[in-house]
Amino acid sequence: MQSNPLGHKVDLAERAYRIRRNALKMGEVQGQGYIGQALDIADVLAVSYFHAMRYRPEDPAWEERDRFLLSNGHYAIALYAALIEAGIIPEEELETYGSDGSRLPMSGMASYTPGMEMSGGSLGLGLTIAVGMCLGLRRKSSAARVYTLFSDGELDEGSVWEAIMSAGHWKLDNLIGIVDVNNQQADGPSTQVLAFEPLVDKLEAFGWFVQRVDGNDLDAVVAAFDAARNHAAQKPRMIVCDTRMGCGVPFLEAREKNHFIRVDAHEWQLALEALEAGRTQ
Amino acid sequence: MTRTAANSASVAAKPRLTTSAMIASIASEGQRTKPAPFGHALIALARSRPDIVGMTADLGKYTDLHVFAREFPDRYYQMGMAEQLLMGAAAGMAHEGFTPFATTYAVFASRRAYDFIHQTIAEENLDVKIACALPGLTSGYGPSHQAAEDLALFRAMPNLTVIDPCDAHEIEQVVPAIAAHRGPVYMRLLRGQVPLVLDEYGYRFELGKAKVLRDGAEVLVISSGIMTMRALEVAQALEADKVGVAVLHVPTIKPLDAETILQEASRSGRMVVVAENHTVIGGLGEAVAGLLLRSGVTPKFRHIGLPDEFLAAGALPTLHDRYGISTEVMSTRIKGWL
Ligand SMILES: Cc1ncc(C[n+]2csc(CCOP(=O)(O)OP(=O)(O)O)c2C)c(N)n1
Ligand SMILES: [Mg+2]
Repeated sequence: MQSNPLGHKVDLAERAYRIRRNALKMGEVQGQGYIGQALDIADVLAVSYFHAMRYRPEDPAWEERDRFLLSNGHYAIALYAALIEAGIIPEEELETYGSDGSRLPMSGMASYTPGMEMSGGSLGLGLTIAVGMCLGLRRKSSAARVYTLFSDGELDEGSVWEAIMSAGHWKLDNLIGIVDVNNQQADGPSTQVLAFEPLVDKLEAFGWFVQRVDGNDLDAVVAAFDAARNHAAQKPRMIVCDTRMGCGVPFLEAREKNHFIRVDAHEWQLALEALEAGRTQ
Repeated sequence: MTRTAANSASVAAKPRLTTSAMIASIASEGQRTKPAPFGHALIALARSRPDIVGMTADLGKYTDLHVFAREFPDRYYQMGMAEQLLMGAAAGMAHEGFTPFATTYAVFASRRAYDFIHQTIAEENLDVKIACALPGLTSGYGPSHQAAEDLALFRAMPNLTVIDPCDAHEIEQVVPAIAAHRGPVYMRLLRGQVPLVLDEYGYRFELGKAKVLRDGAEVLVISSGIMTMRALEVAQALEADKVGVAVLHVPTIKPLDAETILQEASRSGRMVVVAENHTVIGGLGEAVAGLLLRSGVTPKFRHIGLPDEFLAAGALPTLHDRYGISTEVMSTRIKGWL
């Protein structure tokens, strides 16, 4: 988005740092939140909001904006953190996270939050909406793209594969899917709950242009987003991101992996300090 | 360092009472509870019923089926987060002579998998028992996890038996009872640390039977699920005001125990209040109202239930107050109606 004299890498690393910091502060407000997930997806959100997407912070409903659908609504804490950094939500509101009457409920809902483009919580819906948005944008001859973030657990839902097949059928080159493969879902590691590999082969067979990257390597994520946007073939684009839960806070990353990562009351501050210690200067 | 320390002090001073978390406890402070009554009851039953299998859609841990999975790993089927598949596969298992207990959240069974239950299970009257956590308004997470309409949807499905148990004591008895019943069952599930209330009333669950838990001369509350727990608290609270409140617990929403309901509602002079943890559309309230009208029994009738709107995200106690299903708000409203 904005040009930065230090070059995009430094800028994006700092953005990702601040997204993680915002998320940790919100987690601290309630003493809970999907913080493992927020930390794993922060780099992808930094690239989405500060490298790839076109939008106007002061006008979240700007007609020409690129859309961002959060299909995995429980990642709301992560998206709020990015929307705050993007200037779409005022930073002070972070203090209200998850509280009664807040615009930032724990599960992402379009009717509550500026910049939240769908009501999630029930998984496996995002890509179906994306198909319709992409068809609608094409119908309006709009240049806007639809970015859709979803999770590896969502790969279990039939509706996701209906949408994947449909997007291939309609050759939706204005759709960029991003799947967070953190290899975790509610009952355990995603690969054990329901085998979904080889994911790239499957998606390619459904007519998508597919890349698989380390979702916590900013350079790799930037390159993948660039390739997805510039790809010539008329196909929907998928970026499969392998991520590490808790990334950026070593002691959380080392902790036993869980859908709800355990964070004790005193550890939120320690996590903020650990994050700060790893900040790229 | 100093910045974060100051930060920590200011945060510590702030109240953290409210939260729109997905999983909230429905047990009140200091209430007696029992852990995972569904899972433990299923284990006890499965020892003598080799046909029983457990199936879930990535919610074993959150429906207490994980304790069954630990005990009988080879009788546990993790189907992935695929609720439609879960129901179709449970139907297939039942075809082959097994009795699946299929678990997910009430919202996903009712809203995502409805057609699969309707066509693959209910139409063939198959022996599938569907047990679903987070019934009605028992999550602060917002509409995605608030099953305000599950009873309406499942009541409307032919062949299906629908159960809304009140507490751990009842759940323990519901499990063997629905396994003994031939045909599909939808059961609302309370999981985790589940309140223990009905043991003090010498209560026994019988499929299809409503039970009077206490008598009272002025008001008859007809309730199911956690609203029976609330109704008993209301009855106690109103005792102080010399208002006699009877409580008729109706755990089997379908088939409805018409005989007991008509008998109790016919007793002259009592206002009938139906209380349900469900939208006012299509649940116990309308079932009872229809029954009374059809039978020519027309007492003063009031209805406590969730409004016909998308409910808010927020802390459960706040939401129960706002939508009128907390003990306090119920007590006030019932007094006002007298
Ligand atoms: C349709 C649907 N089924 C079940 C759930 C309950 N649920 C919430 S999160 C979750 C795990 C989903 O996998 P993933 O998003 O990969 O989990 P994470 O990486 O956050 O651990 C489940 C099953 C849901 N929200 N929606
Ligand atoms: Mg995951």
